[in-house]
Amino acid sequence: MIEYFILSASSFSGDIDNLFLVITLIIGFWFILVFGALVYFTLKFRRKDGVKAKYITGEKHSETKWTHYPHYAVIAMDVVIIAANIIVWVNIKQTLPPKDNLIRVIGQQWSWSFVDAGPDGVLDTADDITTVNDLHVKVDETYHFELQARDVIHNFSVPVFRLRQDALPGRTIKGWFKPTNTGSFDIQCAEMCGYGHGIMGGAITVHTKESYDETIVQIKNGTYESHYQKRMGTKTPLPSNTSHTEGHNSFAVLLASIF
Amino acid sequence: MSQAAAAVETGIHAEHHEDLNFLHKYILPLDHKIIAMQYIFTGMIMAIIGGYFAYAFRMQLAFPGELVPGYGLVGPGEYNMLVTNHGTIMIFWVAMPVLIAGFGNYLIPLMIGCDDMVFPRINRLSYQIFLVSALVLILSFFVKGGGFGGAWTAYPPLSSVAEYNLTDWGSSLWVLAVALEFISFLLGGINFVTTAMNARAPGMKMMDIPIAVWFIVIAVILFMASVGPLIAGAVMLFMDQRIGTTFFLPSGGGDPLLWEHLFWFFGHPEVYVVLLPTLGIVADIITVFSRKKLFGYKTVLYTAFATGGLSFVVWAHHQFIAGIDPRMANIFVVTTVLISIPLAEMMFSYIATLYGGSIELKTPMLWALSFLAAFLIGGVTGIYLGASALDVYFHDSYFVLAHFHYTFFPITIIGMFAALTFWFPKMFGRMMNETLGKIHFWGTFIPFNCIFLPLFFLGLAGQHRRIYNYQHFPDLATQELQNIRIFATVSLVVMLLFQLVFVYNFFVSMFKGEKAPDNPWRANTLEWSTSSPPPHGNFKKLPTVYRGAYEYSTPGREEDFWPQNVAPE
Repeated sequence: MIEYFILSASSFSGDIDNLFLVITLIIGFWFILVFGALVYFTLKFRRKDGVKAKYITGEKHSETKWTHYPHYAVIAMDVVIIAANIIVWVNIKQTLPPKDNLIRVIGQQWSWSFVDAGPDGVLDTADDITTVNDLHVKVDETYHFELQARDVIHNFSVPVFRLRQDALPGRTIKGWFKPTNTGSFDIQCAEMCGYGHGIMGGAITVHTKESYDETIVQIKNGTYESHYQKRMGTKTPLPSNTSHTEGHNSFAVLLASIF
Repeated sequence: MSQAAAAVETGIHAEHHEDLNFLHKYILPLDHKIIAMQYIFTGMIMAIIGGYFAYAFRMQLAFPGELVPGYGLVGPGEYNMLVTNHGTIMIFWVAMPVLIAGFGNYLIPLMIGCDDMVFPRINRLSYQIFLVSALVLILSFFVKGGGFGGAWTAYPPLSSVAEYNLTDWGSSLWVLAVALEFISFLLGGINFVTTAMNARAPGMKMMDIPIAVWFIVIAVILFMASVGPLIAGAVMLFMDQRIGTTFFLPSGGGDPLLWEHLFWFFGHPEVYVVLLPTLGIVADIITVFSRKKLFGYKTVLYTAFATGGLSFVVWAHHQFIAGIDPRMANIFVVTTVLISIPLAEMMFSYIATLYGGSIELKTPMLWALSFLAAFLIGGVTGIYLGASALDVYFHDSYFVLAHFHYTFFPITIIGMFAALTFWFPKMFGRMMNETLGKIHFWGTFIPFNCIFLPLFFLGLAGQHRRIYNYQHFPDLATQELQNIRIFATVSLVVMLLFQLVFVYNFFVSMFKGEKAPDNPWRANTLEWSTSSPPPHGNFKKLPTVYRGAYEYSTPGREEDFWPQNVAPE
């Protein structure tokens, strides 16, 4: 159901969408049952002159079975939900599949920096590629990321991958993803991080092997044009807050002009 | 100890016979009913501020960059301040004072049949501290740098370092206000539990106490048991802000996760702290208007105990992806999903109460039934978020936002209207206009769903929270999603306009409404056995209790109700 609203573009996004579907079926059943009973009883047992309400204590077994049996069914379905969830969760967050590439993601007020370890697969060496607000990855390859924050808590969020992870100052948090579709998508910061939280975005571009190599050459020889800027330019964005420039808002103008 | 309590009691009795002047009756009252109204009116004024904030930031989302009529331009910093304080106000300065302090104060002594709270002076002090806390919060909007904008959860280091949040005094005053407010409710809570346990009318056994009183008492116990860590956390945060300690700052050896644990250890029980009073109020209302005995009184009560107990071991479901050990999440998934068991049982019991009833859809009953319907949506969508793997996608998205508004709106706003319309005749001695009440009900309930149902879909589309303008996120800046935002905002404006009907009905009925009889709804509980409004001291003669609170349509009786204080023939 989620994929109806947003592209599913990583190896585990389908699992999350399926889990959503499973839970929707279970709770949809309960919702219709309980809501139906609520509406039906309300309509059926409206006050009629001369008809007295039933006297039911709800303490005899013959009566309590009406709430206890559904109750046992709730427990059974809870077990299904918990089991399904743990399978998906262990796969996404508790296991790290073997990596093809390594990147470091650094959040700071209010931009994302990305360091790609390059061909040697080791960070902090000469072949690292650093970009700001622009992440380039290859399709169908597993990426490990090391997530850090410079100042406050941020959250590295890529909705098409169904990926969100807090970045905490003072810690390095490891995670992974494996893109399955090419294209350019939003990166968000999904944790309140101060004044510029609303502009803290970026673009992740998933390349085929050829176009990835081309982009890396461009970055190295300086002819590179930011995909984030291009996206902001080509898609028609909403009206800006910067049309009013008086007084206290000048800081927002300044920030918007940087990015 | 008992001598001291006795001395206090004699003190009250002496005062009952004095003719009080305006100052002592309304400004410095010891009467629990007046203190309750102080809480309720303060809460309603704060609700207006919180609603105004919601109006301002929803307008900015629907029409970005336009001047909001009645507010002006909402910049990024102001947007953060508005959403932060909207959340803070609605939970701490509306839900808590109206539902717990307000109706707790009003209902506990009347429903258990005693003349006042056990500690009336602590009660008065509690309100005064609460008022100061509200004023401190309002002051924080006007200091240099503006009000605090780091979200109502106030995660450090953003909340603790002025260079990061840019609201140096705004954030300190915010923490101070929250801490004062907790102290106020701690004082109130001691009073509530003591009164309900020790001052019941003769004959009222534990299982004769109305569910509304029981649930308020359970809520207060939850609050008192969970708030300690957060008060400690608030003091640490305040020290980080003002004297440069580093409890939450990694560069000084602290840890931001510590705050998250302290905050949510309180924050999750807090949900049940505000939920239980409304559930109790709703239980009383549906029994009265369906003329039915509550289905499984003891079961309902025990499910509330179970919910309260479980609520202490679920807090880390707010932190699944906050950097805690991922293995820990599995335990919290189990405890979180388990909460569905007692709450489902309680929901089944409420609906079973309607079965075979003689239902009269008066305004309070409409509110009570709509609470069950809306809270059902809030409850079932909570299952999604209790599943940690889905939280990987939904964390801090509009799906979360829509979910908790489907719990908090029914709890706070619907619960408040249910209680106000139900006890209005008792509080002010006059009836509210039924037609206007129904117009207000539909004018609130339909737009409420139009605001928050679409937000689930925005969440599914990946929209994240607390963003003043989605222009920086091209995937979210599409016209289709913008249309949903505009629809939600227009619905909000419609809903806010319908509140004028309530304000008109409330104040006109208070002074000009039809005179209310003592027991207009033909209810069983003790507050209906005294005059409307009750005199200072509540009862001319303190009642004796002979039976439980829900003896409706008892076989063999001509009347379909049997008040608790009527002696058996």
